[in-house]
This record gives sequence, structure tokens and C-alpha cells, in this order.
Amino acid sequence: MYAERSETRPTSADSVEARAAASPPALSQIAVRGRSVLALVVAPEAPLDDWLAALDEHLASAPNFFAGRPVIADLSATHAGVADPAPVLQALSALAVRNIKLIGVEGIDPALLSHTLWNRLPTMLRGREAPREVKRGRASQGRAAQPSACSLIIDRPVRSGQSIVFEGGDVTVIGAVASGAEVVAGGSIHVEGALRGRAIAGVTVGETARIFCRRLEAELVAIAGRYRTAEGWGDELQGRPAQARCERGQLQLTALE
Amino acid sequence: MESMVGRMAKVVVVTSGKGGVGKTTSSAALGAALAQTGQKVALVDFDVGLRNLDLIMGAERRVVFDLVNVIHGDARLCQALIRDKRLPALSLLAASQTRDKDALTHDGVAQVIADLRAEFDWIICDSPAGIERGAMLAMRFADVAVVVVNPEVSSVRDSDRIIGLLDSRTCRAERGETVDKRLLVTRFDPARAAKGEMMSIDDVLEILAVPLLGIIPESLDVLSASNLGCPITLHRPASPPARGYAEAAQRLLGEELPVRAPAAQRRGFMSRLFGKAA
Repeated sequence: MYAERSETRPTSADSVEARAAASPPALSQIAVRGRSVLALVVAPEAPLDDWLAALDEHLASAPNFFAGRPVIADLSATHAGVADPAPVLQALSALAVRNIKLIGVEGIDPALLSHTLWNRLPTMLRGREAPREVKRGRASQGRAAQPSACSLIIDRPVRSGQSIVFEGGDVTVIGAVASGAEVVAGGSIHVEGALRGRAIAGVTVGETARIFCRRLEAELVAIAGRYRTAEGWGDELQGRPAQARCERGQLQLTALE
Repeated sequence: MESMVGRMAKVVVVTSGKGGVGKTTSSAALGAALAQTGQKVALVDFDVGLRNLDLIMGAERRVVFDLVNVIHGDARLCQALIRDKRLPALSLLAASQTRDKDALTHDGVAQVIADLRAEFDWIICDSPAGIERGAMLAMRFADVAVVVVNPEVSSVRDSDRIIGLLDSRTCRAERGETVDKRLLVTRFDPARAAKGEMMSIDDVLEILAVPLLGIIPESLDVLSASNLGCPITLHRPASPPARGYAEAAQRLLGEELPVRAPAAQRRGFMSRLFGKAA
């Protein structure tokens, strides 16, 4: 597989076209792979200043939230149908200043970005909202085909300094999650042991995710961006089996006994 | 890289993450205790720039060549090894005090460890504190890890971090094997633990989930042995810490000795700690 790729690697786009014209079968050797990744979508709202203030607050509590992640800007609310590109450009520069790296924009007429810094950003991205996509994928593939694709089981303790990130579904840890360790899951998190570090659930599925642990001694629990630190729950939960879930936009922690 | 020809040598890293918990004292005492049973032991100090093992072993005036000299080809291994005057089965490879840890190279350390494997039964690597280059190279080639921990929260968390690294960044881990990890609890004070002023052994084991190699009680004998440059197992063999190290060495040799745990506590350190918070 690797050998085949190195043989057919084109030196430039021009040479590919030239070769294709001369001998059409050569094209079939060029391997173009598709890949689906999970992108975060930010949708600035008017008034922009208020929205940016809320964004800054979010970034202050989670500085690495966007780090290394592909981000798409949904600008449909920003330009509001007018032909003036100023509000759109203002929103894009505000995102750039905050080091949020865009892989594309949507919701606007691409002509608005011509002759600007942003004219090379893809504008024809087609994707589906993540939760819906997860459900559809499961239904069409059939459950038996890939039963393990939606969960990850960690058969050992998660040690201090380690980070388990699984955006594809639920994470189950057989053992403790140590102080200074973190588990990030697209879905729910189950800790069959003491949860002493951080558990961040619902990165993909949102508020339907939950966190369960045999012993709650966590530093932080979060679901769909709502979080609580150890100071946020009382003595009566500390050290007990507990679950965390979202209820009407609030993070609720209850004992499981 | 490391050849397994000849004897079945075991490479042991004595590590902890946190400084001042007793890595060097434990390296010297375990090395001496193993040598006292007739095993051939090499003690290797990886704390380049802040070496101590030569002092604890009372060999500071006999160091001519060190680990960095051997790695750089300035001296042969046999020239750098210092044989202990009290225990001929015990040899020391000192660290360099004048260099820094960047003087250690991966391939150089691999070669030294491979050469030591051919000569000794046990190669005990005294790791520096921290998780930087010196500590990573000290654990890199280990078969067995002795994780030294004091019964207090910062030491336990640092040890947890080290155990994670032992499971991911060692040669054995990269080959899909595991490093045999054992916990050595040092500076344990049963009286304070009983009063809840210190974590209990159960608390420590519960958090770290690694089998116990031994419990070394807090003792002034350890300090006087260090000052004299004599491992505690030679200096006061009948003292409680020396007996603790001797038993730990026997467990390393495969003997099934029960660890004598102190009496159970009514209320642990952790529950007190969290009882106060909120």
C-alpha cells in the first residue's frame, strides 16, 4: 500500500493533468482518500460584541477548547442578508485574533469574501450536524457490523498525566481515573472505580451524555460544556457512587445508591 | 538492542517522580541487600549533575571515571565500575557531577546496560527526580521498577504519573510487554498514620494499584547510615528499616514473604482531608 502510493505521488497538479491527457489509465492509480472528521461549528450572532464576550468567557475557562480542532464558521446570522461584507470580515478577524483556525465558512455568499484575506477558505462544505450523523451511521450499517465502534473500554487505571480522548462514543474505564488524569468522551463516561481526575463527556452527543463513577472524588466533571469542580458538590456525594447528567441546561450530580 | 545472552540479568529502575522521597537511599540499601545474598549487583547513578549515590555508598573519593565518560568512550566500563570494599559483589557506576543530563544518549545508555547485563545479576538504576531526560533514560531499559513513594498526596500523585510513563515509554512497553512495577513505601510512620496525619498504606495502594514490595519505617538510623556512607543494611542490619529493605530484596528475588502491614486505621487521611474541605 505504501509502495503504491509513493509510485503514483504526483509532483504537481500540472503534471497530473498532463499525464492524464496522454494516458488516461494513469489517473486510476492516483489514490485520493476520503476522510470524515468532526469539525466544531461556531456561529457568531448579532450583536457581535456580546457574542465575542461570551466566547472569551468560554475560552478563559477552557483555553484549549479549539486547539488543534478543525473549526467552521457559520456566518448566516452575521451578514443577515445584506451585501456589505464588513460584519462578516469583522467576525472572521475576531476569530483569527483568538487563534481559532478555520477550515471553512458557511451561510454566506462566497462573493462576499472575494478580494479579502479569507477568499481561499472553502465555502461549499457539506456536512451534517454530529448527533444526527452518529444515529444515521448506526442505523444504516447495522449494529452487528461494527459493534465496538461506539465505545472504548480501558482495561487499566488511567494514571496522572494521561489523557484518554474518544470522540466516537462512550468510554468505560475499568479502574480508577487518577488525580491529574482526564477522560474525554463523545458520549457517556463510565468509571468502574474511583474518579479522581477530570471527566468530560458529551463532546459529540451533547446533553444526553452522562458520567457514572463508583466513587466520586473528581477534580472536574463536564457534560456538553457545562462543568463543575469538586467545590460544586457537597460532602454527601464525595466518595460515593454518583452520576452526573444535564437537566434543563444544568449539570446535576446525584448519588447512585 | 539489549542482548540477553549469558546470565538472566534484571534491570531495576528505582524511581518516584518526586524528589527527596528516598530513591538513592533505597537504591543503595536494596543493592547492598541483594549483594549480601550473594547476587552480583551494579548500582548505576543516573542523576548526572546532582550525583549522590557515591556519597551514600561511601565511594566519593574513589570515583575516577563515570557513566558519562563510558558513554562518550573516554573510559571502558571496567575502569569506571567501583567495587565496594565491604561487599565485593556490589559495584557502583557513578554519575558525573560536572555534566548535565543531556550528556546521556539513548544509544550510549543502551550499550552500557547491555554490557552490564553480561556481567551482573542485577543492574539497579537510581533515577533522578522529575520526568526529564535523565529519569526517562533511567527507566527506559528496565525490567522491574521499584516505585518509591512517601505516604503523602503529592508523592502519590507523582508516582502515579511515573507508573503511567513506565507503562508507555519504556522499551518493554513499546514491545508490548510490561515492566514489573512494585511499590516501596518509605518514611512510613505508623503512629502518625494511625492518627490520620499521614496516608495509610491502604490509601496509597488503593490509589496506585501496584503490588507492594515493602514498607520502610521512618528512622534516624537511615540518616546516620547516609552520613557514614554505608547502606543501612550493612550499617545496622537489625534496625527496622534495614529489615524492611532486606525483606524487599528477598521479594525481588521471588520469595513470597507477607508484607507486615501496620494495624488498621479507623479513619484514613483521605477522608479527613475531604471531611474538612467543602
